[in-house]
Amino acid sequence: MTTATLPAAGLWRDNKRYWWLLGSVAAAFPLIGYAGHLAFGGVLWWWFSPIVVYAVFPLLDYLVGEDNSNPPEERVDSLMKEGYYRLAVMLAIPVQLTTFVWGSWMWVHGGLGGWELAGLLLSVGMVSGLAINTAHELGHQTDPLERFLAKLSLAPGAYGHFYVEHNRGHHIRVATPEDPATSRFGESFYEFFPRCVIGSFRSAWQIEQRRLQREGKSVWHWSNDNLQAWAMTVAIWGGLLAWLGWTVLPFLVLQAVYGGSLLEVVNYLEHYGLCRQKKADGRYERCQPHHSWNSNHVITNVFLYHLQRHSDHHANPTRSYQALRDFSDVPRLPSGYSAMILLAYFPPLWFKVMNPRVVAHFGGDMRQANIKPSIREQVIARYSPAASA
Amino acid sequence: MKKWRCLVCDFVYDEAKGLPDEGIAPGTRWEDVPDSWTCPDCGASKADFQMEEV
Repeated sequence: MTTATLPAAGLWRDNKRYWWLLGSVAAAFPLIGYAGHLAFGGVLWWWFSPIVVYAVFPLLDYLVGEDNSNPPEERVDSLMKEGYYRLAVMLAIPVQLTTFVWGSWMWVHGGLGGWELAGLLLSVGMVSGLAINTAHELGHQTDPLERFLAKLSLAPGAYGHFYVEHNRGHHIRVATPEDPATSRFGESFYEFFPRCVIGSFRSAWQIEQRRLQREGKSVWHWSNDNLQAWAMTVAIWGGLLAWLGWTVLPFLVLQAVYGGSLLEVVNYLEHYGLCRQKKADGRYERCQPHHSWNSNHVITNVFLYHLQRHSDHHANPTRSYQALRDFSDVPRLPSGYSAMILLAYFPPLWFKVMNPRVVAHFGGDMRQANIKPSIREQVIARYSPAASA
Repeated sequence: MKKWRCLVCDFVYDEAKGLPDEGIAPGTRWEDVPDSWTCPDCGASKADFQMEEV
């Protein structure tokens, strides 16, 4: 494995240092849109978040391009200890909650028409989806405050099981057929989404059940992390329902479904078709950098806390976002997540762009790939006639 | 011989069994596992492990 650039520690400056605050700006996208609406008028302002994420980000990724700079190894420890980076992530949470409460009120009392309501719903749902990424960064830390904030950040989107399943399920089974959150070659996003949500939910429950059993407690014990995280959703949603009445319920539910779909479409991109091989003792090989898809596109990376440097994240899950490195010889997506999400929404386009990349990655030997079971034999035969002969 | 559990993912390192596949012989005490070693399941560092009663 080679790292792309290694400047001397003394000379190195984190050129993304202040850009990490953009994650908090994204949590305010619906409010920014509202400000635009007040200043200039027009329905489109209610659609601010989806317009920025689906149209402006792909364009900016294309224009600004990639950044493959890495912190020097000697600087990593000190970089990870700087409180600034932790605060920069935590800041997103009060912003997210403000947006959420504002959006709920606006849904009920804003006097909005159908198109405005739809825009508001997607805009706030997108913030709930992006918040899962904030929770992801915080949930990997060992500090109790950060772990608490991770659960809190998942609460508006009702995605509490992610807190358990991501670290203790996905990270262990990543890039294997057993992982609900690893997409398979030939599997469309629409097949993946329900399989992933149901599988992840079930797995999160079982993980906590096993842990609590070991500690001699019932699965319904208050220390169950799933129950704790869901309780925050019950508290926040319950408070809003008590305050705003039942008319806010469709908003709460639909924005959560959309927010969750946004997280899962990102999951869909991250390991598509990739597969760890089984060793002689039946265990899977360690997760290595070539088991994740990556992107160095700057704009999406600064809004997502380097999530797209996914290989390093899986190889070193406790490494904080600011210290994640680019590797030069890893599977690479043709663009940042924003553009790739759009492709994933249109399966024929996704297959057209990504399938050849997966085949090339395995040098045509698709026996090594993670393939949708119903088409596995066909795929292997198609790309590698010698292998099936 | 003791067992150590990964706090991140619940993987158990059993000193009696070691991890021969990773060059750690059976009977290797936790102290003697290299500091650079990480959890084979989730990649957490040695510091993220806790001793467990068996």
